[in-house]
Amino acid sequence: MKQLMLGNEAVARGLWEAGVRLVSSYPGTPSTEITEFAAKYEQDIYAEWAPNEKVALEVALGAAIGGGRSFCAMKHVGLNVAADPLFVSAYTGVNGGMLIAVADDPGMHSSQNEQDSRHYAIAAKLPMLEPSDSADCLNFTKAAYALSEQFDTPVLLRTSTRVAHSQSVVELSDREEVPVRDYVKDPSKYVMMPAYARGRHVTVEKRLAALREFAETTELNRIERGTDNKIGIITAGTCYNYARECFGDSVSYLKLGLVNPMPAKKILDFAASVERVIVIEELDEVIESYCRALGIAVDGHNILPNIGEYSTELLAEKLLGKVPEFDVLEDAIPPRPPVLCSGCPHRGVFYVLSKLKLYVSGDIGCYTLGAGQPLCAMDTTLCMGASISALHGFNKVRGEENKSVAIIGDSTFMHSGMTGLVDITYNQGKSTVIVVDNSITGMTGHQQNPCTGLTLQNKPTYAVSIEAICAAAGIADEHIRVVDPYDLGEVERVLKEELAAECPSVIICRRPCALLKYVKAKPAPRVDADKCRSCRACMKIGCPCISMQNGKAVIDAALCVGCGVCKQLCKFDAIGGADA
Amino acid sequence: MNIMIVGVGGQGSLLASRILGRAALDAGYAVKVSEVHGMSQRGGSVVTYVKYGETVDAPLICRGEADVILSFEQLEAARWLPYLRRGGTVVTSTQSINPMPVVTGASVYPDALVEKIAAKGVRIIAADTLAIAREAGSEKAANVALIGLAGQVLGFSDEAIRAAITACVPPKFTEVNLKAYSLGAENAAAL
Repeated sequence: MKQLMLGNEAVARGLWEAGVRLVSSYPGTPSTEITEFAAKYEQDIYAEWAPNEKVALEVALGAAIGGGRSFCAMKHVGLNVAADPLFVSAYTGVNGGMLIAVADDPGMHSSQNEQDSRHYAIAAKLPMLEPSDSADCLNFTKAAYALSEQFDTPVLLRTSTRVAHSQSVVELSDREEVPVRDYVKDPSKYVMMPAYARGRHVTVEKRLAALREFAETTELNRIERGTDNKIGIITAGTCYNYARECFGDSVSYLKLGLVNPMPAKKILDFAASVERVIVIEELDEVIESYCRALGIAVDGHNILPNIGEYSTELLAEKLLGKVPEFDVLEDAIPPRPPVLCSGCPHRGVFYVLSKLKLYVSGDIGCYTLGAGQPLCAMDTTLCMGASISALHGFNKVRGEENKSVAIIGDSTFMHSGMTGLVDITYNQGKSTVIVVDNSITGMTGHQQNPCTGLTLQNKPTYAVSIEAICAAAGIADEHIRVVDPYDLGEVERVLKEELAAECPSVIICRRPCALLKYVKAKPAPRVDADKCRSCRACMKIGCPCISMQNGKAVIDAALCVGCGVCKQLCKFDAIGGADA
Repeated sequence: MNIMIVGVGGQGSLLASRILGRAALDAGYAVKVSEVHGMSQRGGSVVTYVKYGETVDAPLICRGEADVILSFEQLEAARWLPYLRRGGTVVTSTQSINPMPVVTGASVYPDALVEKIAAKGVRIIAADTLAIAREAGSEKAANVALIGLAGQVLGFSDEAIRAAITACVPPKFTEVNLKAYSLGAENAAAL
């Protein structure tokens, strides 16, 4: 049966067809939907959100050692978090097959950096597959489990935003029932202390040599002959599609599906069969460097960039000198950056931080948008969890605990924020941490997390208490404050008190995300144009519902959810009751 | 056929792209649909690509290569205009939504965008799809009203689009969406 499927959905389908039993992941754009789609096969697959990627990979590795086929997914920066178990998993190998999907984000559609995950496969000495479209996603996922069990190794699957979030046609099959394998105690394989690890390193090198042989013959690497032998293109992933659209059938292609290890002989033979070799790969010069090391003269990043996303247009311009023709208006088109949503509970908190001119150590989530105009209430955003630990360092050298805060979401606090808090209490810091608890993982599209009381597969469960974690970490009960972020006066008062305190503190700003279905909107307030003095005070919160029309503030009743934050800013009482 | 669906995060471009992808698949074409998730959904500018034909390689559309731009919002039609091929068609809602730089007063929302696009010699079909959807029974069906407004430009028969809408929309919303589609098509005929 043929069906149009998102790349991420096709990976999930591949997991189901391959007989996978366990999925553990942490959400991260563009990888999130793999796990969400896998969770729908709840009769056959146990799927969970782990608190972070390191935990997820360890859960999957444990399941594989236990003999069941397992999987975890993450975005490229998530693999940084999971790198520790990743490297050791190459040493232990598996029992049941194991696949780790990592989604790169060239162009940084939703990420803090561009990072080429192929380096991890090389460094950890693990095989890595790279699909080009949804059909590849499904087929490579299934092939990965056979490869994993044949070579006793975890396998990496590298996708990108375009592969993950494009739909193309896939052919569906039934699920292969794969029984859980026997577990046999074997410390020399699974206890990675020096004496045993030395032996396993030998195994890793032998396995890599065997995988190099496999790379020469596998159908994952495919040569497509062109009508002449002038140009040969070596490519992988979504770049294969751009290359095909740009060059058509005239040139020859070596499409690498297995991007680590690469097939030396196949590449040498291919290069010898054409007059000029061009390597087309997004981000870093991985294939290109390999070709050069083999002594092949290739074009690649000498012509094409190592920054940003590729496209057919880019290849046509750089390699064929084609310039597109199009119309453009003379008017300047204002940009449309993403903003905090109407009724977002984070907005009021950022207004207060901005008003008090505090140093704000930020984190990763929807609330990173607090850095934008007009709130501009963020000094740093580094990586998941860094708000708390980086604030501790900032304050240790500057001693400005009364003028600085960290701000972090509930899911990010559970991911890796709480260890920073332990560092503060243990090392006698006095910093103030704000947890903006909107009771969901927002940015990636509403995933449950350990604080929400529901599992990925929608089962009621224990809800981890942020207050209890703070208390256990050593924050005094009277300095764990819970406030409603819609109440600007309360937020400001409590914030000033805790900044003045000579001890560490946590302020939990708790209100569910305004987009959650169970959150009911209130009627939009009406602006009394006679009372409005056009002072623009209500504009300081950057609410998408408020605009100035003919010099007076106007609220878009269709968009407004009645959070009431703007009312608190109006000194002239012009924002009043509900629109009649 | 290269179709771009552009708008503001939250306007329903994902459903529109799925309807068109479904119609193309049912007609036996090769299809690719590309979406963007995450950051851009928070009220940002969003674009979805639908490509179908005998073969489709890349999921993206280059500047100067879109046959049709379906736009939920005037400013977005203007923003993505460079992607339209010469001789292509813009189908846009006349709705305008101020982006944050306009709200804060840092930028100005350009006026008379539909007229300016037309003045470039571009074929443009414009109507208030929000009002059409409201008339059909739900503003949420504005995306399907826009498909109706585009009509034959998309390369599908009336029946094929109706079947795709029925296949992609939850049953309880089928009627309102089919009505929005019909009203959109009537509007196009009246222009």
